[in-house]
Parts: sequence; structure tokens; C-alpha cells
Amino acid sequence: MRPDPQSGINPYTGPWTTTQVVHLLRRATFGVRKSEVDQLLSLGMNAAVDKLLDTAGAKDPIPSPPLNVYSTPAEPDPTTPYGQTFINAPAVTPIPPQYYQARTDVFKAWWAGNMIHQKMTITEKLTLFWFNHFALEADTVQIAQAMYYYYKLLRENALGNFKTMVKLVSVDPAMLRYLNGQLNSKAAPDENYARELQELFTIGKGPDATWTEDDVKAAAKVLTGYRINPLTTPISYYFDFNQHDLSTKRFSAFYNNKTITGKFGPAGEQELDELITMLTDNIETARHMVRKLYQFFVYYEIPNDVEINVIRPLADLYKSSGYDNKKVVETLFKSEHFYDMLSVGCIIKSPLDYSIGLTKEFSIKFPDQSNLVNQYLSWGLIASLSAYQGLNIADPPVVSGWQAWYQSPQFHEIWINADTLANRNRVAENITSSKGVEFNGISLKVDPIILASSFSQPQDALQLVKDSVAILYNYTLSDTSIQYLKSFLIQGLPGDSYWTDIWLEYTGNPTDPALKNAVTLRLNALFKEIISQAEYHLS
Amino acid sequence: MPSLKKSLAKQNIIYPKLRNMKRRKFIKSAAAASVVVPSMINGIPLQAHSNNAWLQSVLNPGLETDHVMVLIYLGGGNDGLNTVVPVDNYSRLDAARKNVLLPQNQLLKLNGFANTALHPAMTGMQTLFNEGKVNIVQSVGYPNPNFSHFRATDIWASASEANQYLDSGWLGRYLNEEFPGFPLDYPNAANPDPLAIQVGANLPLLFQGPNAQMSMNVSNPDIFGAWPTGLSDPPPATPLGHELNYIRTISRQSKTYADTLVKGFLKGNNLGNYPAGNYLADTLKVIARLINGGLKTRLYLVNLYGFDTHSDQVVTGNNATGAHANLLKLLSDAVFSFQRDIELMNVAHRVMGMTFSEFGRRIKSNDSVGTDHGAAAPLFVFGSKARGGITGNNPIIPSTVTENDNLPMQYDFRSVYASVLKDWFCVKDDSLQRILLKNFQALPLIKNECSTTDTKNLKDAEDALQIIASPNPMTSFTNIQIATGTDGVAQLQLIDPLGRLAKILFSGKLQNGTHQFSLENEGYAPGNYYIRLQQGNAQKTEPLLIVR
Repeated sequence: MRPDPQSGINPYTGPWTTTQVVHLLRRATFGVRKSEVDQLLSLGMNAAVDKLLDTAGAKDPIPSPPLNVYSTPAEPDPTTPYGQTFINAPAVTPIPPQYYQARTDVFKAWWAGNMIHQKMTITEKLTLFWFNHFALEADTVQIAQAMYYYYKLLRENALGNFKTMVKLVSVDPAMLRYLNGQLNSKAAPDENYARELQELFTIGKGPDATWTEDDVKAAAKVLTGYRINPLTTPISYYFDFNQHDLSTKRFSAFYNNKTITGKFGPAGEQELDELITMLTDNIETARHMVRKLYQFFVYYEIPNDVEINVIRPLADLYKSSGYDNKKVVETLFKSEHFYDMLSVGCIIKSPLDYSIGLTKEFSIKFPDQSNLVNQYLSWGLIASLSAYQGLNIADPPVVSGWQAWYQSPQFHEIWINADTLANRNRVAENITSSKGVEFNGISLKVDPIILASSFSQPQDALQLVKDSVAILYNYTLSDTSIQYLKSFLIQGLPGDSYWTDIWLEYTGNPTDPALKNAVTLRLNALFKEIISQAEYHLS
Repeated sequence: MPSLKKSLAKQNIIYPKLRNMKRRKFIKSAAAASVVVPSMINGIPLQAHSNNAWLQSVLNPGLETDHVMVLIYLGGGNDGLNTVVPVDNYSRLDAARKNVLLPQNQLLKLNGFANTALHPAMTGMQTLFNEGKVNIVQSVGYPNPNFSHFRATDIWASASEANQYLDSGWLGRYLNEEFPGFPLDYPNAANPDPLAIQVGANLPLLFQGPNAQMSMNVSNPDIFGAWPTGLSDPPPATPLGHELNYIRTISRQSKTYADTLVKGFLKGNNLGNYPAGNYLADTLKVIARLINGGLKTRLYLVNLYGFDTHSDQVVTGNNATGAHANLLKLLSDAVFSFQRDIELMNVAHRVMGMTFSEFGRRIKSNDSVGTDHGAAAPLFVFGSKARGGITGNNPIIPSTVTENDNLPMQYDFRSVYASVLKDWFCVKDDSLQRILLKNFQALPLIKNECSTTDTKNLKDAEDALQIIASPNPMTSFTNIQIATGTDGVAQLQLIDPLGRLAKILFSGKLQNGTHQFSLENEGYAPGNYYIRLQQGNAQKTEPLLIVR
């Protein structure tokens, strides 16, 4: 039987060692780098968390937008010259039909690139959380410009206010298209968004979430009249009050029998604000959101102790703060529960944790903007690796997001099956080989020397293995296991000291290709073995 | 505002032609296998026993069957009224859903049924129906239907009541009945192949057993590469340890099953033609090939997404075409090709298929040329051994339909499941009760194939089993002594008064002899329980009265 954690949301006051720092970095970002560990170790827990959440303003701005890297001179994009961004391309101007998908693929590659080049903040990880929560599917939306602005909305408000997010999402053109909001009219209200707004985005469907089908119908009426305005750049929404239902919308006892009176004209938009207030006034919304944050950042199981000691108090805090995302995330990441050993190393890495994490941990080199096509192809290659492991960026299977983050009873175990594990193994094998992971002339491979050099004693074979495992795993290995891994580093050598010799020879002569090859081969063998183990899939 | 409206009327967003984007789900699918087993599999390797036929029959629990069922999940909620059209209600259909109404003269006739017809796109299914190879079951649903995709899909997968939340699926429970103790000691000489395979599809709950995930996921048999061995520190009793264990088990299992799959795939061949550009046909083609290659797997799941047609279900002005038509064509063409292929392979007598969807759609259409979530809907059971025809009557459309009206159920979906289990997989009544949790009347959908079992061997095996519980009646605990007549994989269960599995007391290998277990009262309501011991397909039950 697994023990249930007893800890709660009081601030953590325990030891601040590599174990805690690696745990924090792995959960809050994609992958763990030694230099980051050293930096956060020196700051202490509070300052370390503050640093990861310090994203306001110029600290972590949205990267420059995705570009037209898809058009050819023979077939230009009439809205966007090659090398320029298409995010403000008018949606009403026709382009060659294959460029719609190309733009979406570019957007996905660009998003992968943002994660790959992440700063040492929670931004990209949290944006992924919000996208999974307010999920939509790029291949249904089909307007890459709208996808960009949707991503921007989530990223900019990630540590902002949840109520604001709900409002912005409800009128966002991508969402209006995805859940048919743009077709919702008083003559025949379309329930799609009204349902998901309650079932997924706010209240949820836990045992205490007793909203009714009539609530869905009433909410659908509140949401009538919102339309996409394709003429503005960027693409935007407008409120067509002639399509808005003017009746009084009555909600069930779950919502304290709230009524929202119909308002004529532009004032009809206020009904949406009233709806959102009604939804967020209900404590179930706070609890649902806290459970989702918990399942994404801590563990998928919420036993009763955790519900009482962590979820409920955090939900109360969230609600009383007016739904301040930063406050709730900060409290969670500074809590004794977060650093409880039972909360460490128990999340199975999502395909993005795995793929993006690899790029950070092994300093995989990407082309820069001097070769735009290769840059986007490389980012796109990482995106494909993630897709083959079950997470296609911006395209969850359904509006409830990726199954690993909601499907009971397995949750994140869903990431690992015969198929996806085989894919990860192939990536591990190729990315640590001399040819790397190859596609379309792009080759991505690890730089094992950078990782080895980041440690204090890379010439000491045993210490190198221990230091590597301390960063790459969340799990302390036995001496037998360390020895087993070391055997890959020193394979073909009579003993550990021979590794010391090779390493020192190389560092004394780093341009000598034979020496470089000798250390690279052995380091790759070691790291391949490390990342092929079950332990590497844990976060 | 008016000027904006006017300029917008002239300018619309240009969307690319909607290709079958849902093909991408093929790549995206990721499944789960939740396994709770110790990290070490101890014991005698089963290969050592392969020559002992008696042991082999003990180690191969469940009835020998070469029957295969292919399930096709239509994701999103299929609009039944436009799939199997109740022609005798036409004027009322016109009144309720004119903007998606199919042209009556284009509907496909079903021989012997003047009042029911198929969507114009389903020529393949029509042909099979007229050959007597399809049973259409009308208005399949359940009491208190749920309109949420996820909840409704879970209900269909778990065969639960509408207000019940189960953590296992009906097929997971079926496979657990047949192969108790899986995955311990699997694969083995008698059962070398995966029990169930999801090909390019993923509904983890469907195949979730009480103990473990019973299915394997495949998107492409070519992809299985090298499988690492390596670290084996015993996992701690923490959440981390639990997940570590899980990953290692998948890794170990996958390697073995991967080898058998690749072997089966290479050995097999397709004999029929399949249409190009049809991803469902592609997946059924793989399944046919695996069957041809000799795989003993009984259950396959494939899916087709896109049925959630809230808008643009048809092309206005050409209602027989559009998004729904495209999907039905994919379905119909794929099923047709698959059926022809297995006929050429001479395995059609032992392979069947069925469709299912989480709900139907509303009678009344909406303003977006689409339909919203509904309730009951027809499904297809197909194969050479289907009882050709239509089960049930046409749904009756009211003369005045409001937007809230839904079709009532004629049959509970669990009756369809009962038919499959009983008449195709020859499940016995007590097993059936444990799988479906209630008694559901089987429907005559399948030409009954179930033969009687070999009773003598079974009797000997069952005579050797013993269960003694003391104290009985029990209050806070009881000691259970069991005896087995042989070595083998076994499961000891507590069954509650409603026939549901309340607890698994033991699951694993038991040696010949007596064994002791204890059962604590973990808050069980007083009543008539049973202790049940199963080893191979021999079993014994013993009543246990639990009192306050």
C-alpha cells in the first residue's frame, strides 16, 4: 500500500538540497540543467520559486511570432512575404490551399521552439497547462493566426487572473470557431460551448458538481450573438446583438437559482460577465481548478488527506484571492506538500517533458534564424517526436485535453504503452548516436561533452555517473546500479583511471578529433543507457 | 454596426476544405496499461510445462475459442436518424430536421424492410446487409442517458449505470474472467499473443480489468525497436515506486508482445482489396493481416472520429453529401473490404464486428445545419455469423418535436454486450453476471456458435478445489483456507450480494496444496456474499455471510 501524504500547504521549511531543486525544476520547467540547479540552490526555496514565477513584463516576453517559411517563389503567399510573420494576415484573403496546413504546422513548430528556448521560468510549462485546460484543436480551428493569438492569451495570463482568462477564452475567435460559438444564435442556441464551459473549463464534473442540462441550455442563451470579425487584424470577435437571446436566463439551485436578465443591444455582453461571476462564485470552480493544477504539477491521485489538507485550503485561497493564478501556483510550489518525498518523482513525463527536456538537458543544438527553414524544421522535428509519443502540440484528441491529464484510473500512465515507449526508446537510441535523430536533412543529437563538463569532476568516472544521475533522475540509485551505468562509460577500458586519462587528454586538446570522438562515444553510451531506463521517464 | 454587417456579408473567412483531419488521431493515440504487479516475476518458466497437456489446459484458463470480435468506435456521437433512416416517418423528419434531411429517393434500400433505409453513402454496408451479414439493432441506449462525451463514453466502456462510476471496462472484466491473473505469467506457451489490441485507437477504460490493463496498443507493427534492460533497484513503496514499476512492466511485456506481433504481421497477408485514402480501412487491413498471420488475439478496437456534427453535418443543397456522409462512407467501405478479405482468407466464420458510439443525436436539428447530443441510436453487428436483419422497430418521431426531445431506447446496450459475450464468446451465466454486473437479456444477433465444454476434465479439476471460511458468518474478519489440486494461476475473489466483484483477495500462481488467506471487513454491508476460487477454468464458490 502506498502511504498517503499528510502534509499541507504551509510553507516548506525542510532541507534545500539538489533533490528539492531538481524536483522543482523538473515540475516547473521542461528538463533540468546543472547551471540552473546551482543557481536555485544558492537562492534558497522562497527566492527560487519567486524566480521561476518572475515573468511579468519584460522578464519573459512572448518570443517573436511565427514566420512564413513555407512559401516558394513560384507560389508566394499573397498576404505575407517569405520570412515575415503571418499572424496578422487577413483571414478573408485566399492563399494557396496547402498553406493553411503549412501555417498551422509552422505555428506548432514555433511553439515547440518556445519551449526549447524557454527561460528559467514556469511560463511555457504553465502555458501548456492552460492550453490543456482550455483545450481546442488546431486542426479544427484551421486559422493559424487565431491559434497564435489564443496561445498568446494563455501565455500572457498564465500567472494572471483566471476570471479574466475565462472571459477572454469565451470570446476568442479560435474558441468561437472550435465550439461553434460563432454559430450560436437565439433561433436555435448551440449548446456546445455552454456545456464545456461548465463541464470542463470552470465547475467540472466531480460528485459535487450538480449543474443541470437546463443550466447548459440557459448558458447557451447567454452566449448567443458572439461572432468572429475576420476583417480586423488581428482577427477579433464582435457582438451581434441581433442574434442575442433576450429572455431571462434561469439557472438551477446549484447556482442558487440565479437569473440573468436579457439585455438589449451592446449591453447584452454584460450577461457573459454575470455568467462568469456566477460560475466563479461557486467554490466548485476553485476546487476543480486546484485539482487540475494538482494533477498536472504534483500527482494524479487525490486521496482524502490531500483533498482536505491541500485541495480545499488552496481552493479557498484561490477563490478569496479573486482567482489570482500566481498566488495559488506560488503557494503550491512553496508548500511542504510539494516537497514531501511522496510527491517527488511520481509523475510520468508527458511527451513534451520527455522531448523538450532532452533538448535542455543535453544542450541539443538548433539552427538559428540565419537558416530559417532548418530552424523551423528542427523545432518541427521535436514536435513530431512528441506527437508520436502521444502529444500532438495544439491538437489534443478532444476538448477535454489529453487523456493523461483526466482519464481515470491511469492518468499519466496513459503516456506509456507498447507503442509510445517503443518510440521513446528509438529516440533515446538515435539521439545519442553519432548521426542523431534525422529527418529531411535535419539532424538533432545530444552534446554529451557539454553535460559532462558542467560537473565538477568529469574525469572521475564514478563521480560523473553520480552527478549525471543526480540531475537526470529524481531517484537515488543503489551502488550496484551506479556501477552498472558506469560500465557503459568505461566499456572496453581496463579500469576507471583510463577514463580519467582520456578525459584529461581531451580537455588538454579539445580540437583533436580522435580524442573528441573517444570521449563522445563513451559519454553517449552512458547517457543512452541513463535515458533508456524507466527512471528517466519519471518527473 | 449595420455597415460592419454589410461588409462582413461580402467577406467571409476562407477556410481550407475540410479534409479528414481526424486521421491524425491515429498518430496521437496513446493508451494506458495500469498494472499492479510485483517487479519480479518469480516461478517456473512456463515453457517447462508446455508438454503437459493437463497443465496446459489449467494454465490456459477460459474456454478455448478462436472467435474474434472487432469493435469500431464512432467517436463523437453518431446521428442515427441519418444513418438508419425510418422512412415511414419521413414527413415528421422533414418537419423536425429539414436542414439536414436526406433526399428520400437517394436512400439505400434494405431487402425485406420497406420502411428502413441506409444513408446514401453506405453502399458497402447495404450490400452486406442484403447478403444477410448485418444485424441492425435499433435505438440502443440506456436509462438516464448522459450527454457528456466523456461520461457517456465511460458508461459504454464500463457498462455502468448512468450514475455509477466504475474503474474497469466490460471487456477488461471479460478478459479477466478468461485470463485471471494476467499479466502475471503472460505471455505463455498457450497464450502467446496479446489478449486485445487497440489499433490506432485508444479507449483505455474499455479494456481495463479489475487488476490490470488487458489490451495492447499498436499504431504500426514496424516500429518496435530495441528494448533496453538494465536497472532493477527494487521500487520503494511510494508513488514514485508505483510508477517505476508500471513503466518497467510495460517495457518487459511490450518486448515480448512486439515480437509476436511483428512475426504475425510478417507471416500474414491480405487477400482482398482495400480502398485508398481510408484510414479505417487501413486499420482493419492490419487486423485482417494479423488474423491471417495466426494471431490468437480475440478482441480488436479501432475508431473513427468526427461524428460530433454540431454544425455543417451536410452540405446545404446537397444533403446526401458533407461531413457525416464522408464518415459513413469511410465506415461502410472499410467494413465491406474487411469482410471480403476475411471471406477470401476463409476465416469469416470466426470473425465478427460491431459499431458503437457514445450517444445518438437530437431529433431536431439546430441552426448551424447540425445536430446536438442525443440519446439512443442504432448500431451495426456484422459478419458471416450475424443473424441478418433488423432487431427492433423504427423509432417513432413525434409530430411536434422540440429541441429537447430525444429518441427513447428500445434496447439497453448491455443486452448487445450480453449477446456478444454469450453467443459469440460462449461466456457462462455466472461469468456474464460478474462482467455485466446485472442480468441483461441477450438479443438474437449472432448465430449461436457456443459448444458445450469438456465436462470431465473440468469436473476433476473442480472437485479438487476447496474453500473453508471460518468464522462464517463473519463480523470483522474471517480466515479462509483453500485447497488446490494442482499448480497454476488462480484468483480468489469476494463477490457481493449483487453479484459484483467486491475484492480480489489473491491473484497469482498457487502451488498444489492448501493456502491461507484472511479477509478483513472493510466496511462491507451485511448480506450474502460468496468466496470464489478460480484456477484455470475450474472454479468453486462458497457462501459467506457477513453480519454486523
